Amino acid sequence: MASKAIVGEKVGMTQIWDDQHRAIPVTVLKVAPVRVVQVKTAETDGYSALQVTWGFRRASTLTKPEIGHFAKASVEPGRGLVELRLDDVADYAVGQELTADLWEAGDRVDAIAVSKGKGFAGGMKRHNFKGQGASHGNHRSHRVPGSIGACATPSRVFKGTRMAGQMGGTQVTALNLQIVSADPERQLVLVKGAVPGARGTVVVLRNSVKAPKVAGGGSR
Amino acid sequence: MHPTELIDRDSLRDDIPDFRPGDTVKVHVRVVEGSRERVQVFQGAVMRRQGGGVQETFTVRKVSFGVGVERTFPLHSPTLAKIEVTTLGDVRRAKLYYLRDRHGKAAKIKERRTAKP
Repeated sequence: MASKAIVGEKVGMTQIWDDQHRAIPVTVLKVAPVRVVQVKTAETDGYSALQVTWGFRRASTLTKPEIGHFAKASVEPGRGLVELRLDDVADYAVGQELTADLWEAGDRVDAIAVSKGKGFAGGMKRHNFKGQGASHGNHRSHRVPGSIGACATPSRVFKGTRMAGQMGGTQVTALNLQIVSADPERQLVLVKGAVPGARGTVVVLRNSVKAPKVAGGGSR
Repeated sequence: MHPTELIDRDSLRDDIPDFRPGDTVKVHVRVVEGSRERVQVFQGAVMRRQGGGVQETFTVRKVSFGVGVERTFPLHSPTLAKIEVTTLGDVRRAKLYYLRDRHGKAAKIKERRTAKP
């Protein structure tokens, strides 16, 4: 599990120049100071996590249970509540603020977010099926998946067979992304490459749980 | 305002001269050879400008030893030491792809004359 994490919102993508004048594609994440609302430990909750909030919200939009929950922690109500699962939460206290300076350039992180919804998509778009030819007598079967199994044996379709269905709109984790820079003053974090989701999506950044591959093998 | 403008502002250059497709420019490119860095000049007609913001690029075409050479540069790239506009061109199109099919005198771009203020 991760040892540190933070939540932010996706601003968009752009590019910057590195020290060798190459263009680096980056995703800009706005990481407003995150406030700890509740510290969950293995003794009290069975697992360790931080419940945090970020941003601000009008008091009139809060429900009574929410008001009570924030008042108990004496934390100003934020956009929402997100849990950050961490190995060790002993160093954290309720009301503590986490900012973008959690990260520095070169850190490896995972980005967790809900991907863009693509609706009900066919096999070609959803699973990269090849489809069928345009000609040679093909009739109305250009984008169909083709065979989905054998006949009398097993006389059923196996579970998990890839077919058309809802695509996107699910939680996706992009592993091993690199932090290009973190700017606590402007509350921005730049991550190299793409991050799941549309602009404005809530993104959880945690330090990478899978070690990056070391060039030239490396010891296990 | 584009949402990523805060970041883009740092990557933009402010020393870019005003130039359009049809203009002839000298692009001074920094070339790194081993540890040495020198400046190479690429001179030709601007064939197109494309994109916007940090991602804007422009393409310069020149004819070198009878072979057409086109090179596309990111407008805001730090590898460009300098862009020098030598002549202004009078063209009716934004993308001068027709230059590829023309040779010699037919590929000549009329010069734009601006009224003196």
